[in-house]
Amino acid sequence: MEIIRILISELPQFAKGTLVALEVLAGLLFLGLVLGLAIALAEIFGNTVVKFFATTVRKFLWAIPQLVLLFLVFYLPFDLNPVLAAIIALGLCSSAFQSQIFRGAILSVQSGQIEAAKAMGLSKPKIIFYIVIPQMIRLSIGPWTNEFSSELKDTSLAYVVGVVEIMRQAKYIIAYTFGNTAAVYLFVGVLYFILTRIGTYFFYRLEERLWVPGFEKRS
Amino acid sequence: MSTILEVKDLTKKFADIEVLKGISFKLKKGETLAVIGSSGSGKSTMLRCLNQLSPPDSGQVLLEGVNINAPGIDLNTVRADMGFVFQDFNLFIHLSVLDNVMFGPLRVRGMSKKEAREIAMNEIERVGMIDKIDFYPAQLSGGQQQRISIARALALRPKLILFDEPTSALDPELTGEVLSVMTGLANDGMTAIVVTHEMGFAQSVADKAIFIDQGVIVEQGVPEKMFAHPRHERTKLFLSNFVGLQ
Repeated sequence: MEIIRILISELPQFAKGTLVALEVLAGLLFLGLVLGLAIALAEIFGNTVVKFFATTVRKFLWAIPQLVLLFLVFYLPFDLNPVLAAIIALGLCSSAFQSQIFRGAILSVQSGQIEAAKAMGLSKPKIIFYIVIPQMIRLSIGPWTNEFSSELKDTSLAYVVGVVEIMRQAKYIIAYTFGNTAAVYLFVGVLYFILTRIGTYFFYRLEERLWVPGFEKRS
Repeated sequence: MSTILEVKDLTKKFADIEVLKGISFKLKKGETLAVIGSSGSGKSTMLRCLNQLSPPDSGQVLLEGVNINAPGIDLNTVRADMGFVFQDFNLFIHLSVLDNVMFGPLRVRGMSKKEAREIAMNEIERVGMIDKIDFYPAQLSGGQQQRISIARALALRPKLILFDEPTSALDPELTGEVLSVMTGLANDGMTAIVVTHEMGFAQSVADKAIFIDQGVIVEQGVPEKMFAHPRHERTKLFLSNFVGLQ
């Protein structure tokens, strides 16, 4: 089995590709989180103008295919390196999705609690910081884990602008293995599966740690 | 005793419906005022207008002589001085009992953790929940939650407390434990306005009662007299629904 020998000898290359993929993933999720949270807060707590602006931006980012956004950002006249371009493009796209995760979670915080905080004389920023956000985090982890695994897979798109991540490494290897293309992709598929499982394991653990006594637990 | 709260000609409309049509009353320091009336009469709205959870359209609310229904008033300070207890408790579900009660002193009054904890422990003791400080709201019964929400309001050291039907979501047994906490407060000299359907409580604990119907105060006075000899037909009719009042 020649192909197995090749795959094993190429493991260091896959490891490099994995690290690059994780770098893109971390970057895009972080960008998406910051922007997404900002959009969610603006859509819920902002005045009419802020709300309109946030919603419009979100709808655009929501509607544009990731591939289009990738090429668009990459070919902007800023000479961005491919990794940064991928982080920005995929991060912008993710922010639209993350904003809706946070928006849903924020709206699930019972309005009575917000009213109680208001009645205690707490200012709006403090209500958001001490009451809304802590409860939002717990409610967001489930859907956020979904977004995480979806974005992990989408880092493979970054290969089109020349990021040397897992897919690009696979392409290099396929170029000289002649005919074992499917086996290489099978290996890549398994690699993504393992990465996803490791990631979700940690999010489930986090969800457990943030569990509030008296509520249901993930079984 | 000095007047702590004076309400003058309070009005409030929701769309075209006049919910409050000129409410006026006075409350002295240390008094308990029971507000009674049928559902939809404007009782709760009146209470929510006092601390501006729903801002009144016109009228004055004088807290220790200062009109708090005026532009330029710092509402957060005013609200911290008027405790509010809700029908459905509204405890912060992500915080333990102790953290719920410490929340006001810590985040609203800006006290140190040590001071806040001391005040919170006192108030939790007062409502008889000291063995439950590490519990979370979802682990408590409705009555226990309401007692904690009273402690949370007290921990702010308010000038008066507004109770919005504090026992309406509770069964008779749990109602009893909450009412006994409130009776204790009244005996300690806490000033309170209580919107309630608990006529027994109103009669035995309140110093004054007002009966609101269709947005106006129909009758007010000492509860015992008012309940025994209502002067208005509308009051008579309302009170006739309650068995066991003399």
